[in-house]
Amino acid sequence: MKILVPVKRVVDYNVKVRVKADGSGIETSGVKMSMNPFDEIAVEEAVRLKEKGVATEIVAVSLGVAQCAETIRTALAMGADRGILVETTDELQPLAVAKLLKAIADQEQPKLIILGKQAIDDDMSATGQMLAALLGWPQATFASKVEVSGETMTVTREVDGGLETVSLPLPAIITTDLRLNEPRYASLPNIMKARKKPIDNKKPADLGVDTAPRLTVLKVTEPPKRKAGQKVGSVAELVSKLRTEAKVI
Amino acid sequence: MTSLVLLEFDANGIKQPSRSAVAAASALGDVHVLVAGSNVAAAGQAAAKLPNVAKVLVADSPALDHLLAEPTAALLVSLAPAYSHLLAATSAVGKNIMPRVAALLDVQPISDIAAVVDADTFVRPIYAGNGMATVKSSDSKKVITVRAASFDPVAADGGNAPVEPATVGDLPTPGKFVSAELSKSERPELTAARVVISGGRGMQNGENFKLIEPIADMLGAAVGASRAAVDAGFVPNEYQVGQTGKIVAPELYVAVGISGAIQHLAGMKDSKVIVAINKDEEAPIFQVADYGLVADLFNALPELKAELERS
Repeated sequence: MKILVPVKRVVDYNVKVRVKADGSGIETSGVKMSMNPFDEIAVEEAVRLKEKGVATEIVAVSLGVAQCAETIRTALAMGADRGILVETTDELQPLAVAKLLKAIADQEQPKLIILGKQAIDDDMSATGQMLAALLGWPQATFASKVEVSGETMTVTREVDGGLETVSLPLPAIITTDLRLNEPRYASLPNIMKARKKPIDNKKPADLGVDTAPRLTVLKVTEPPKRKAGQKVGSVAELVSKLRTEAKVI
Repeated sequence: MTSLVLLEFDANGIKQPSRSAVAAASALGDVHVLVAGSNVAAAGQAAAKLPNVAKVLVADSPALDHLLAEPTAALLVSLAPAYSHLLAATSAVGKNIMPRVAALLDVQPISDIAAVVDADTFVRPIYAGNGMATVKSSDSKKVITVRAASFDPVAADGGNAPVEPATVGDLPTPGKFVSAELSKSERPELTAARVVISGGRGMQNGENFKLIEPIADMLGAAVGASRAAVDAGFVPNEYQVGQTGKIVAPELYVAVGISGAIQHLAGMKDSKVIVAINKDEEAPIFQVADYGLVADLFNALPELKAELERS
């Protein structure tokens, strides 16, 4: 069984991002970039399925600028077998990403596509569900446990009040939640090996996809800042102030 | 211009985040709401009482039980021609279904809106709320999820809308519901609670959350947690407040043993009053707290319990 794992290059989650002074977006020049953390969980899950003998090949796909190849290399070092880079400098919104991934899936014919549940830059949480819709596949979003058995899989999902378990026929889409697994660090030998793994380069036009954005960002502003309040000296003072000053208890 | 809002409900009626979605839709024009599921007549009646609602559509079908994404999205797509905007709360259900609807309609979804500027233009958080993006959609139909914490919910009653059955065609049901394991708690839901008390890595283990629970019960509060506490396995993921968990905006938020990572602040910084209890006076949480207490939580929590019991 082949697994496709889309991986996104995003501003590293440890970076304190800043809104550009002209309000056109977030400052990304000279900022450390990494693989979206939820996509690391997706790669890890695919590698574990291969280690269990469920998967035979893992293809990591990234869409965007040439440096996305580095993100693919990270996935290859974790255990993916080969990569596909769809290279463009155009802005790609989730609908366009889903269409490009559908075109790749049509070529590659994977049985399973595992994606992160959300990218930590645009926080849209949309691509996996949209790809499932375009392929006409069932979806199991926010997965915390995956068991594949023959032509079906059972997935436990993180929902608002707890957990929900669903059973889906393959091919299908999974999006990963935080507790699905803990991604491995790539070992040095695996990083060296990853350099030799192939990455195929494509362009959106090769895939026949119109990637024009449907959302125009008019401006990006800083969120309203909260001011630090006061320090209180004791629990008694805290309770008293919550009662008489803030009047919230 | 008419919007259709997909509602979520339980035995107590229409959920608060869905009522916030109705509030957001009210800013766009007429509002119809959709109650979908199996044997949902009672929820349809509850929906009819919501203010600002012009019509309730009830889709009653075994295929819609548990609101699985494939049949529910197909239903929304079949109803979409009559509407300019399709909305749901940014909940596990809304996030699961609405992007699927959007792709089937060839529309870019607008996730987690925090404000309505006009019929095409919305404000939504990006980068864990470190930026607020104003975005304008060129799609003829908008598919939207609504950040409940940013819109005051409409009341649970006061309206009297007509209830109509929705036409339910053949719905795809490739996936099967197997089971649900929902936390049984007498406490309010995190996203609807007036008071939230959350514990972080400083709690040291799950057992110590028992120090928080009686205080939560005295205050009628929901219990939450930081991602660090969830990652460490102290409490289940549904407790998580933050960028990748739940977004809350209660009257009072009490952060106990939480340092205040950006991604946690993203989930609670719109709370009206924030209290931080942390032994590290340099902890970033104090920069957003209205009241900060530098103290060891293992002393402060029992003291807080005693202080609240005293009166």
